[in-house]
Amino acid sequence: MAKEYKILSPTAILGYGFPEESFMRGIAEHPDLIAVDAGSTDPGPYYLGAGKSFTDRTGVKGDLRYMLTEGVKNHIPVVIGTAGGSGARPHVEWCRQIIEEIAAEEKLSFRMGIVYADVDKEAVVKAIDNGQLIALDDQPIPTPEQVRECPYVVAQMGPEPLHAMIAAGCDVILAGRCYDPVCFAARPIEEGYDRALATHMGKILECAAIAATPGSGSDCALGILKEDSFILQALSPERQFTAQSTAAHTLYEKSDPYHLPGPGGSLDLTNVSFTELGDGRVEVRGTQFVPTPKYAVKLEGSRCVGYRTCSIAGTRDPILIASIEKVAQQVKDRVTNLLLHDDMQGEVFFHIYGKNGVMGTLETVENVTPHEICIVMEVLSDTQEHANTICSLTRSTFLHYGYEGRISTAGNLAFPFSPSDIPMGAAYEFCLYHLLEVDDPSELFSSEVVEINN
Amino acid sequence: MKTLPEVAQVIRSKNSSPFKLTMDIIFRDREVFEEVRRRNLINPEVVARAYKIDPQRIEKLLYFEPAKAIKIGMARAVRSGAPGDTDVYGAQQHAPLLGIELDI
Repeated sequence: MAKEYKILSPTAILGYGFPEESFMRGIAEHPDLIAVDAGSTDPGPYYLGAGKSFTDRTGVKGDLRYMLTEGVKNHIPVVIGTAGGSGARPHVEWCRQIIEEIAAEEKLSFRMGIVYADVDKEAVVKAIDNGQLIALDDQPIPTPEQVRECPYVVAQMGPEPLHAMIAAGCDVILAGRCYDPVCFAARPIEEGYDRALATHMGKILECAAIAATPGSGSDCALGILKEDSFILQALSPERQFTAQSTAAHTLYEKSDPYHLPGPGGSLDLTNVSFTELGDGRVEVRGTQFVPTPKYAVKLEGSRCVGYRTCSIAGTRDPILIASIEKVAQQVKDRVTNLLLHDDMQGEVFFHIYGKNGVMGTLETVENVTPHEICIVMEVLSDTQEHANTICSLTRSTFLHYGYEGRISTAGNLAFPFSPSDIPMGAAYEFCLYHLLEVDDPSELFSSEVVEINN
Repeated sequence: MKTLPEVAQVIRSKNSSPFKLTMDIIFRDREVFEEVRRRNLINPEVVARAYKIDPQRIEKLLYFEPAKAIKIGMARAVRSGAPGDTDVYGAQQHAPLLGIELDI
């Protein structure tokens, strides 16, 4: 029989869950690997900056319990990529603690390799000074101060740092920030499978059954890697992979479906074919890997830009609604004037739902007068106390502002909650999203091997 | 004349990075897709008109044959999740596309 390598992907994001029956159907296929991508930058800059997971601990523990118990019992390796959602050290430690708890509760023993993706900030500053940082998406090169304002800087690892863990005989690999397909592709690449096909298959499996139809991020998928193709198979009877669903997934969250850049090179999908096998499975061929002249990894960092407080209110008054943008500007001007006296600095943003709360400056609908609107007041300042003070001032000014034509003089806003103001903690913005060229694909990544004995 | 929702099975937007938005239009019918492509009925000018923005701001528009789809790229006004942003995931920036009319 021709050589093949089967990978079970239980769920699109570790913690999103999956049906037990689908997972056990996957185990019955005797997979060579159970792998899951735990990360994403979709939920925004906060989670990397704050060192916190965007997924719920109970959900993550529930998913991992299935994966580790079945993996260890059946001698199937388990790989977790971008632990804790963002893959910096606190995220990895958070996931490691969950794994150790499960191992103790289920009496599991295994060898675990842990790969960290944290990059020394001063090394990044040095790279900026030497002109070695490459901008992506038209972003400016950050200043050294901005880099130092990032609590954590991570690099997306390619498969190479995981190969040392495989060589060390690790049953479970827990990795920090990874290029998404790596947790699926590292082991088969190490076994000699084609890098392009393994990576392309990983690119689809990292979303589990999202690429099937009907799609789902919380159901399992199986990938079968062969020498010159790979096959995708759904693991619940209500789903199947079709040529259309698989090809369409190639578009998802990508800027260009033909060229998918990653560590060390790009996948070229120009000549890829998607063939339905007639049994709900799809076979994919023709993916090429085009290495870059020099190996580069992507750095990620979120810097703290201050502290946020917000307040949510609505209005049902047609006179106020008719001039809401103007009134909001007048409230902002008055608050700014009051702050000048207090020597306090901050920024006030109004999100006006019913007008342009969702699309902001991109909104195309003008001159509408809804019967009610929601106003989210967002305040940013240098400390939480200052943000609270400015938000309080903005809220009370708006509540009692004597706008032109007002006949409802008791209060302009309806607050759904008491307290009305919500301190939101540190606010972040993405500041590092740049390529760094390296001599050795593994040089930025440290690792350790631990024995879990129960 | 047909509106885009009449001929598309998917019209969506999402971040392709914290700084970029990507919109996908996936057609129901391959023949309609081929006609739209052949006659270039959806182009940067048409999309820019739908969004009431300068065509220069449409950074990418390509026809993806395997999925009978069109992909559009543009920059976000505010970085994902930064102060003042309105849509962290970029998942609700597609609505102006729903109003595009095609002469087919």
